[in-house]
Amino acid sequence: MAINELQPTRKPPIFQIGAILWLRTNLISSWTNGLLTFASLYLLYIVIPPLLDWMFLSANFNFGTVNILGFDIKFSEVMADNKNCGREAACWPFIYEKIYMFIYGFYPREEVWRPDVFYGLTALLIIVVRLVRNYKYKNKVILSMIVTYPIVSYILIAGGFGLLPVVETHQWGGLLLTLIIASVGILISFPIGVVLALGRQSELRVIKLFSTLFIEFIRGVPLITILFMASFVLPLFLESGTNFDKLLRALIAIALFQAAYFAEVVRGGLQAIPKGQYEAADAIGLSYFQKNALIILPQALKISIPNIVGSSISLFKDTTLVLIIGLMDMLAMVNMTSNDPYWLGRETEGFVFVTMVFWVILYSMSRYSRKLEIRFNTENKN
Amino acid sequence: MKQQNILSQVKNLTFREILYNNEVRAFFFQVATLLLIFGLFYTIIGNLFDNIEARGIHTGFSFLKNRAGFDILPFLGNYLQEYTPESSNLTVFYVGLINTLVVALVGIIVTTFLGLFIGIARLSNNYLVAKLAGGYIELFRNIPVLLQIFFWYNIFINIFPHPKKSFSFFDVAFLNQRGLYLPKPILESGFSLVIIAFVVGIILTVFMKRYFNKKHDETGVHTSTLGYSTLLIFGLPAVFFLLLGSPLHFDIAVLGKFNLKGGMQIVPEFIALTFALSVYTATYIAEAIRSGIEAVDKGQKEAAAAIGLTQTQSLKLIVLPQALRVAIPPTINQYLNLTKNSSLATAIGYPELMSAFGGTVLNQVGQAVEILGMAMLVYLFISLCISLLLNFVNKRMAIPER
Amino acid sequence: METENNKSNIIEISELNKWYGDFHALKNINMSVKEGEIIVVCGPSGSGKSTLIRCVNFLEKFQEGNIVVAGIELTDDAQKIRKIRSEVAMVFQHFNLFPHLTIVDNLTLAPIWVHNETKEEAREKALKFLERVDISEQAEKYPNQLSGGQQQRVAIARSLCTSPKIMLFDEPTSALDPEMISEVLDVMVELAKEGITMICVTHEMGFAKKMANRIIFMDEGQIVEENDPVNFFKNPESERLQLFLSQILTHDE
Repeated sequence: MAINELQPTRKPPIFQIGAILWLRTNLISSWTNGLLTFASLYLLYIVIPPLLDWMFLSANFNFGTVNILGFDIKFSEVMADNKNCGREAACWPFIYEKIYMFIYGFYPREEVWRPDVFYGLTALLIIVVRLVRNYKYKNKVILSMIVTYPIVSYILIAGGFGLLPVVETHQWGGLLLTLIIASVGILISFPIGVVLALGRQSELRVIKLFSTLFIEFIRGVPLITILFMASFVLPLFLESGTNFDKLLRALIAIALFQAAYFAEVVRGGLQAIPKGQYEAADAIGLSYFQKNALIILPQALKISIPNIVGSSISLFKDTTLVLIIGLMDMLAMVNMTSNDPYWLGRETEGFVFVTMVFWVILYSMSRYSRKLEIRFNTENKN
Repeated sequence: MKQQNILSQVKNLTFREILYNNEVRAFFFQVATLLLIFGLFYTIIGNLFDNIEARGIHTGFSFLKNRAGFDILPFLGNYLQEYTPESSNLTVFYVGLINTLVVALVGIIVTTFLGLFIGIARLSNNYLVAKLAGGYIELFRNIPVLLQIFFWYNIFINIFPHPKKSFSFFDVAFLNQRGLYLPKPILESGFSLVIIAFVVGIILTVFMKRYFNKKHDETGVHTSTLGYSTLLIFGLPAVFFLLLGSPLHFDIAVLGKFNLKGGMQIVPEFIALTFALSVYTATYIAEAIRSGIEAVDKGQKEAAAAIGLTQTQSLKLIVLPQALRVAIPPTINQYLNLTKNSSLATAIGYPELMSAFGGTVLNQVGQAVEILGMAMLVYLFISLCISLLLNFVNKRMAIPER
Repeated sequence: METENNKSNIIEISELNKWYGDFHALKNINMSVKEGEIIVVCGPSGSGKSTLIRCVNFLEKFQEGNIVVAGIELTDDAQKIRKIRSEVAMVFQHFNLFPHLTIVDNLTLAPIWVHNETKEEAREKALKFLERVDISEQAEKYPNQLSGGQQQRVAIARSLCTSPKIMLFDEPTSALDPEMISEVLDVMVELAKEGITMICVTHEMGFAKKMANRIIFMDEGQIVEENDPVNFFKNPESERLQLFLSQILTHDE
């Protein structure tokens, strides 16, 4: 009955757009909203400025003359010492002096190139995993790197085998030790976790029983009890006279502990696979091992990757517990360095420094995990 | 019975067929595993006993009767068990257990409120509030909890003043390096009646709510029970309290020559531990709550609005029931994590189960297997309870599907 | 046509304009609906048809213009909105039944909590409406136990429980498998015959031909053409409608 002429497209009324609209809706759309904004700003005001002041503005940066990459940079005439490095703000020269210990522990200085190469290899591994997207052989390259990385790193750091001078494990410390425990922990616990997950899904009742018992036991107790067990009881399980390296005990404890958590993550992936996949694999005549290795596990692991990264992040956080059984990881270094009679009472600087290092590493890992999740969600949408 | 089936199947097969029969294989594989596991255990336990003998370590639980011989930081555990260095090691176990439970309980309450607050703030329309909540989560989730415990302990030790200059809250509570001194409640004879009145108040409230629900069903008239509930639960005991001549007075700490005397001392180790654990766990709970609320389909809120429910009604009847179903299981899991993480108290010397019993006693007595075994049993028991609770909650809340 | 003017306009929309940020989603909409009319709104996706009807019960806010529903002007006033929402019911594309409540409880929710009816009355009424949409045997089941078509019929019954004067349908059959579409359309036809005012956004042209008093065609945020069903399909005047009809009718016929 009626036909209308074309209506013009217009801009919305002025205070519905742009920055003013944003301010209105997001910050002051109502009395309560305005109050919240004010409260938040106030909170920021009482927290951020004192923090910035302590960390940067009033902090002491008198490092003396520092040689960075061959260039001499002069921060101050002479490096500050404990007396003239105020108490009201951060004394960063303390960190500067102790930074070797934070990063390398007690590693002999003349061999420091070895941990450096190790750090470089780790960085390389991360870069390859994160940046190389479409290279055809990417998975094979990563797998071979994951296999050679531990062997090469061990030889580098520990020495021996007639190749390099030996550096005992009690000399490893700081960030170096933290990284070693984390990477060894992940690399060893993951295959064990996969086996446990398959065991828990198995139709053979004995295998299923023991897998379930193991997993539920480990998940029911705090890591520290497992560490203590490994520390005190494990040596008793072996033939008398075996010298059981302290670090090795901790690694075993962490690996077994993390394996149970990885097992649950992988089990989630296994359960997400449609029953039809198992049936199809059986129908074409694959054996149990073939079926899992070629069909089931590749799919299960792919689905679980975001959760695997999440679990690895937890592992990284848990490595700090080794300090309780006497290993000198990066956190332990804070107590160690502030016990230096010359620099007494500088724990706060130590804690802040170590917090920043940990936060950067862990935040990067969780951002990566979130990217993976997004990527997997869009891939799996079809 | 399974063996019979296998045997009857096997009777008619050739040897080769037997070898490949799946049932046979499964059977033997499991037997082999059992043998392997038992063999492993046998060797290990054998070595264990050999070593124990060789090193002269005692076995058995008789050490529990022995004198402990060390001091423990004063806290609820000591208080309830009246611990002195003359008490037995078993008492140390109980002291540690009680202290663990206290941390767990207080921590769970604090972290729930904190997590709720942050989780809801994260979803706020206010840009600043949402970003701040998000920042909180990103910050505290990416720092190891042990580091956070150390950090807060360090801060509190440095900030809390010397006892002589204790910070005072209206002269009733005090804060200094030795801890937080709250008024210690001293219960007198009539107080038990007040407690009974409180319980009666709760029971009466339950009945009252039922009555009003019935009335709502029958007449459509909805009465708000909040006022009446508060009156019953708090008013009733208050009346009794006054009638009985206030059978409760507080021992307030008084500044002595070097330190505060009296009052209820809450050691800074406890404050730091609970604070750090709560702050850390709250990040996970906040995320659980956020995912719960986001799991409720946008259409649900629209349908609720379209049929005329107010915002509050929509929240109470439609959004929260669905959000909580998603948010509660991971939250209960986090409670378990918090309890397990309390074992990190060893690092700052708060005397809970692992540090007092699993730490000092272990060092003194050396019987790691028995001591760690007892501690692990406790944690396993707590885990079991939480799992059962989770299962129960999941079953009750399940939304029936096809 | 003269006799129809005796009935009053139950919905009056004038000069309605809505923006999503910078995007002009509804342009100068003018529309009036008489009591008892059956209106079908159709158009390509993104044309604003859902947005338009969602403005009628204030699920979407608008920046310019005026909407009067059942004599009440639609503004950002909580009381007015509540009143309007008890006169206007909505059936959603994705049903939006409350999964944690039984079918019966889904229906009695609004009567009990908004209209203060007793539980008995509400239940009786609910069962009556469930009977009407032919699904009373599922009364104690939960939404996720029902098929799509069954859920949508329950959703329609739920809207009827508040005795609305106007019913809005937002693509009610678009999320259904083909074999379930007719069971829902049958219910809608029954409702239409009873004299309730209906505005349906739908692609089901069979329903439009059969039951609509008026069909409105929207494109790019504005009403391009409206007509009675016969002339709408036989004599489309605007080019855009001709294009639209050629696209959809080749599938149906």
